[in-house]
Formats: sequence, C-alpha cells, structure tokens
Amino acid sequence: MRSCGPETCGSGAASTEGAGQGELPGYRRWHFVSGFLETPIGPVPVVKTSLERPDRIGAALVRLGVGRGRYRVAPGLYAVGAPGPESPVLVTANYKLSFDSLRKELAGLNAWILVLDTAGVNVWCAAGKKTFGTMELARRVAACGLTEVVTHRRLVVPQLGAPGVAAHEVKRLCGFRVVFGPVRAADIPAFLQAGMKATPAMRRVEFPALDRVAVGLVEFANERRTMLWVALALFALAGAGEGVFSLKRAWLGLWTGFAAYMLGFVGGNVLCPLALPWLPGRSFALKGAVAGLAAGAGAWAFAPNPLAGVGLWLGAVAAASWYGMNFTGSSTYTSPTGVEKEMRAAIPVQAAALAVALVLWRLGVGGVS
Amino acid sequence: MSGCCRYIPGVVTLRMDPHRCGGCGMCAQVCPHGVFVVEGGTARIADRDACMECGACALNCSSGAIEVEQGVGCARAIIHGWITGGPPSCDCGGDGGSTCC
Repeated sequence: MRSCGPETCGSGAASTEGAGQGELPGYRRWHFVSGFLETPIGPVPVVKTSLERPDRIGAALVRLGVGRGRYRVAPGLYAVGAPGPESPVLVTANYKLSFDSLRKELAGLNAWILVLDTAGVNVWCAAGKKTFGTMELARRVAACGLTEVVTHRRLVVPQLGAPGVAAHEVKRLCGFRVVFGPVRAADIPAFLQAGMKATPAMRRVEFPALDRVAVGLVEFANERRTMLWVALALFALAGAGEGVFSLKRAWLGLWTGFAAYMLGFVGGNVLCPLALPWLPGRSFALKGAVAGLAAGAGAWAFAPNPLAGVGLWLGAVAAASWYGMNFTGSSTYTSPTGVEKEMRAAIPVQAAALAVALVLWRLGVGGVS
Repeated sequence: MSGCCRYIPGVVTLRMDPHRCGGCGMCAQVCPHGVFVVEGGTARIADRDACMECGACALNCSSGAIEVEQGVGCARAIIHGWITGGPPSCDCGGDGGSTCC
C-alpha cells in the first residue's frame, strides 16, 4: 500500500457531493482539504491556504502543551491550487503546525506538498534527529510515485531541514535534486518567483523578540509538573520543625516560597528571553541570573522578614538562572559545546545558591528548634 | 545576527579542510548563521563563533571537507545525556512522546 493519499477504491474524488464528500469508509476528511485532484497516482487531497478555527484552536492548544505529540497530518502528497507536472514540490514535516505554517503562505500558487513522517516533530528539530532526513525523503518520493506526478526532478526542502538531508545523497538515491528553500515559509512565494533563488536574508535564522517570548511562554505549560513538586517541597520544608509540623508555617512557607519561585520563573522564561540581547554576558545562565535579580527583587513586597527576604530573592535568582540556561534549547543560535561549557560552570553555583536560599528562607519562616 | 545574539566564542567543533573543498558553495547555502563565504572557488570559515553545530554544512559537503560534532544546543538535552549516559537527547520525538526539540 502506498502511504500516500487515498486509495483508489472508494476514493474521495469518486464519492458524491455534499456532506461526507471525499470520505472513505471509516475515515473522516480533514477540514483543510477542499477537494481532490486526479493524478496518475490517484486522487491527491487539495489543501486550503487559509487557516480556519480548528487550526487556530489546535495551534493554541499545542502551545499549552495539549496533545502536542498527536498534532499530526498523514505523511504523503498534497496539492495546493491546481498543480501540474511542472509545479514545484515543497517538502515539509508532518507536525500539523509546520504543515499549516507552510500552506498558509501558498495562496494563489500551484504546488505539491510532500509531507514526510517526522513523528509529529517540526522540520528543524526533526532534521537534527534525522527523522526529517535523507532516507525518509528518498523513501517517501518513491512511495508516492512522485516521478509519475511531476516531470521535473526537483524538491524544495526547507533550509532548516539541511541538518538531516544530504542533497547529494538524495540525488543518488531517488534521482531528485534538492533545492534548499528559504528558512521561513513566508519567503516561499518570493523564492519561487525568483526562479528558486533565495536572498541571503532568506537564508538567515533570526531570533526576534516576539519569537523569543512566544517560545519562553511555552515553558509555563511544560513545567507544570515541576511547579507541583516545588510547591509540595516548600510546604513540607516549611511545615516540618518545631511542634513536628505546623500547618500555619507550612502555608506561609508555601506561598512566599512559591511566589519567589514564580518570580524566578518569569525572570528566566519571560524577562530573560525578552531582554536577551541586552542582558550582560554570553552565558544564558548568567543572563537568567541577572533577569532573576531584577524580577526577584519583587520578593521584598511579601517577605515576612529580612532573613526570609534575602533567601527568597536568592532563590528567585537561582531559579531564573536555571530557566535561563534551559532557554538555550529554545534559542536559535546556541552550540551544544557552548551550552555544555556554561552548564558545567553554572550548575554548581546554582545548586549552592539554592541551598543557601532555602536555609535563609527556612530560618526566616521560623519554628526551627 | 547583528547585535542580537552572539554565543560563547572559541568553543565550537567546526573544522574545515580547504584543500578538499570543491567550491560548490553548499555549506554557505545551508548555514543559517552565515558562517561560510565562498571566494575564488573555495569556501572558508568566515565567522566560526556564529556556528551552532547543527551539522547541515558537513552533511551537505559532498567532498567531506567539513567536520563538526553535530548536536542540539539545549541544556535539557545535555542533562538527559548525562543522566542516561547516552548521547544528548531531549528524549522526545518518539511516537506518543512530547515533541519538543
């Protein structure tokens, strides 16, 4: 069986008009499919170039961490507009967010979209893991019978797929020449217009403030479990002590400690990304710590006493430094060698700061016999 | 990247042998940070410290002139590697798993 578009038996294109059109027994048609195009390999779904409510809701949900592992489209061949044998083939990943960000830029164009199976991971990350890779690309080209659909032998692969796709190997394996397209899907119309030529600007990855903050905010969803553990630990640490366990003290410790942790969280995941170019140093752990120094000063507003206040502030700095360091994974320019270097320097300092912070805060909360 | 976003200098593992370079310019094309320039029929590293070790250049160098230890510059992935004793991995991307990078 070809993992490429609907099969001929009971195919979408052959079914009747109206509700249920283009559906196979047991399968439901995606809302983004406007119809089917007859091709030598059978009907190929034609996708819309505008995003609709389900796309926007889905995008919002995955950013909140809901159903991200399952936010996928089926790998295979799709059509945009009314493509023919000369139309370009654009390659993408089967993460629906990647697929959507590509098709929404293709209004008015006639093109094929070849979706690779990247297990629902975006192009750049999947390329790093080689799931968006040479082998999968060559295999998918063959599985879809692309040579029967187009007369040319060119594949437009997003430039950020290059860590996984060796152009010369693809050529050897399936006869198609890989043309690396622009980094951003928004540049594809201009790239095609220019005869598949990308300007230097199209080839550069930037990291604008809006992107930095957007990826930082995702941590709120990613770190829910950590937050729960932090709350439990603070509650237990503050409660234990004089009188075996004091609920009143545990509560005081929980809310002051958690508020400081959240100041550090915001420092590392919002302030640090936002102010990234202006924060001192190159190390993200240092940038995070500086952001935490600013954000953590807010702890003085609710510190029960100066001793606890210093502890809360220092704790926020440690948390912000940790989250700043973890933001390297969201950034677009950090090298693994550099990240490892800064981690080896930063983690002992973060751990020591956290230990001192906990002691000061715990003494400040009182009830230590 | 002008102004914004230069990372720790002098650390990356990127190496290039100019004698093996065929001058195809693929490295300059795939690099997202403008590390390479092609002049007079050969490529050279013009901005090594901008390299993020994504490995696109080495993979697409058909003459094997470029070497780099490819990986993801992600603290979480490196911690995962330390804990498991394996290569840095974000432990994601598998079926049903999370899809972070």
